[in-house]
Amino acid sequence: MIAIRDLNHDRDGKPTLREIDLTLQSGGVTALIGPNGAGKSTLLSLIARLIPLQQGQIMVDDLQIGVCANDVLARRLAILPQASDAAPLLTVRELVGFGRYPYHKGRPTAEDDEKVEAALATFDLLPLAERRLDTLSGGQRQRAQVAMTFAQETDYILLDEPLNNLDIAASRSLMRTLQDLARNHGRTIVIVLHDINYAAAYADQIVAMKDGRITHQGPAVEVVTEAMLLEVYGTSASVHHIGDKVVVAV
Amino acid sequence: MYPKRLWWLLAVLCLCIALYLGLGARGNWGFVLSFRANKLIALLLVAISVSTATVLFQTITRNHILTPSVMGFDALYLLTLTVLIFILGGQSFTQLPEIAQFIVNTLLLMGAALALFGTLLRRGGHDLFRMILTGIIFAGLFRSVTSFLQRIIDPNEFMVVQANSFARFGRVDTELLTLAAALTGAALFAAWRMRHRLDVLSLGDESAINLGEAPKSGMFQVLVLVSILVSVSTALVGPMAFLGLLVVSVARQITPVISHRILLPSAGLVSAITLVGGQMVLERALQSTMPLIVIVDVLGGLVFLTLLLRRKPR
Ligand SMILES: Nc1ncnc2c1ncn2[C@@H]1O[C@H](COP(=O)(O)OP(=O)(O)OP(=O)(O)O)[C@@H](O)[C@H]1O
Ligand SMILES: [Mg+2]
Repeated sequence: MIAIRDLNHDRDGKPTLREIDLTLQSGGVTALIGPNGAGKSTLLSLIARLIPLQQGQIMVDDLQIGVCANDVLARRLAILPQASDAAPLLTVRELVGFGRYPYHKGRPTAEDDEKVEAALATFDLLPLAERRLDTLSGGQRQRAQVAMTFAQETDYILLDEPLNNLDIAASRSLMRTLQDLARNHGRTIVIVLHDINYAAAYADQIVAMKDGRITHQGPAVEVVTEAMLLEVYGTSASVHHIGDKVVVAV
Repeated sequence: MYPKRLWWLLAVLCLCIALYLGLGARGNWGFVLSFRANKLIALLLVAISVSTATVLFQTITRNHILTPSVMGFDALYLLTLTVLIFILGGQSFTQLPEIAQFIVNTLLLMGAALALFGTLLRRGGHDLFRMILTGIIFAGLFRSVTSFLQRIIDPNEFMVVQANSFARFGRVDTELLTLAAALTGAALFAAWRMRHRLDVLSLGDESAINLGEAPKSGMFQVLVLVSILVSVSTALVGPMAFLGLLVVSVARQITPVISHRILLPSAGLVSAITLVGGQMVLERALQSTMPLIVIVDVLGGLVFLTLLLRRKPR
């Protein structure tokens, strides 16, 4: 369980997050949506201790962020930041291999190697395994980054706009993989999405943010409404129901 | 593939060492060898210290252009030396036993280096051009204070400063060499033990945190090691200017990887080949007394300019 209490955060003296109280139960996919600048990335970065907490408390199970040891948390929670700055000289296999670092600290075992191969296979990267990152397309690089996060095999996975640059096949396949991890392996996944249709189709619950506050939380059918789109995004798109699915006409 | 290249480099180094020790040795072999072996050890120590310090520094600043020397360390060395002579007087400085000179120098330099690099990293962050500018401004400042002091001190003392202001590989006192070897050996060992952590740190702060490494404490530890390595080698033979940049750039061409398990030995070997091989050619083949560091400086300066101009905007 991720439990966030009384979280406030300023960036450059400007209020960025205000009075965040959020509980995410273990298991399941949570989609975080909201307009640009709402504070989604800031919230994920705080949970993943990429930036220091200013006020409030975040617990990941029994681990308190800012207090527990860095390397213990690295085996419990992984994040894929919005703009990851991987070294261009790395090959895809080396990059994915870094996902195992929290376990082997530089001395990979046969088991670590297997897990790297499995991650490469899951994300269709085996044909690209020996290629250097700076020779890949944007989407291929993104897939390699996701595979590294996947190889870290943590209970909690935070992904900041992982669908960036991915084509429809790769996007759907990633979302299915995440769903499978959540349903069949008890993983807790928090994913920032801009495409509300992906959020509605694959997430177990949606959390909407605006101006540093959480405005909505619940299953897609409850959260994704024309009123919500107007309130959070200030845009009037129509929402349709097809069977038990909600779809936003764009 | 890359480990094989390391063996090739090692083979070249062994050849250079054999030639350096053996070429043109006449008369009492035992004496010649022990004299040359002493110089050889000093060359190797300095070579590996400088290359390792440069790799470490580039890892934490996350670029392939900056080196401790470029960032004003050499100017800082001249300043400390001048201040020391200004306060003690040239006479009493040169009369100090060599080992005392060395220890005073090293300690002062280590403190100053930590302060300098710490400031640069804290203020400049990861903005390359801001760091270069700050480094240049610091170096300029150190130089003007140095030349101001040099105008005040008398000509004899000025000569002492001059004599120490570029690297010279002469015979080094054995006791001194042992002390320097122990210090650098410990620092090199610590750097080698950090090699996997260095790989992770080189991925950037966010990736490092995600993988469970703390970038701040890693950076501090690396800075301490860099300070020890550059201070000891500079106190031993003098400022090394562009040597680090030159050899690490060449090593990155030969072994283009980020893995420090490969990069550290590769840079160390290239550096040792440059110093031992260069010294061998100058001393034995050309019978020249021109300091090797002058040539290294010209080449390294060119590399620096090329790297800076060819840098891909990121
Ligand atoms: N490094 C930073 N320094 C200062 N302010 C920042 C920084 N990063 C973000 N901000 C500010 O914090 C606020 C929230 O930004 P954040 O990146 O969390 O938004 P977001 O919801 O992730 O937006 P997007 O959808 O565009 O990624 C914005 O007003 C932004 O300008
Ligand atoms: Mg964002």
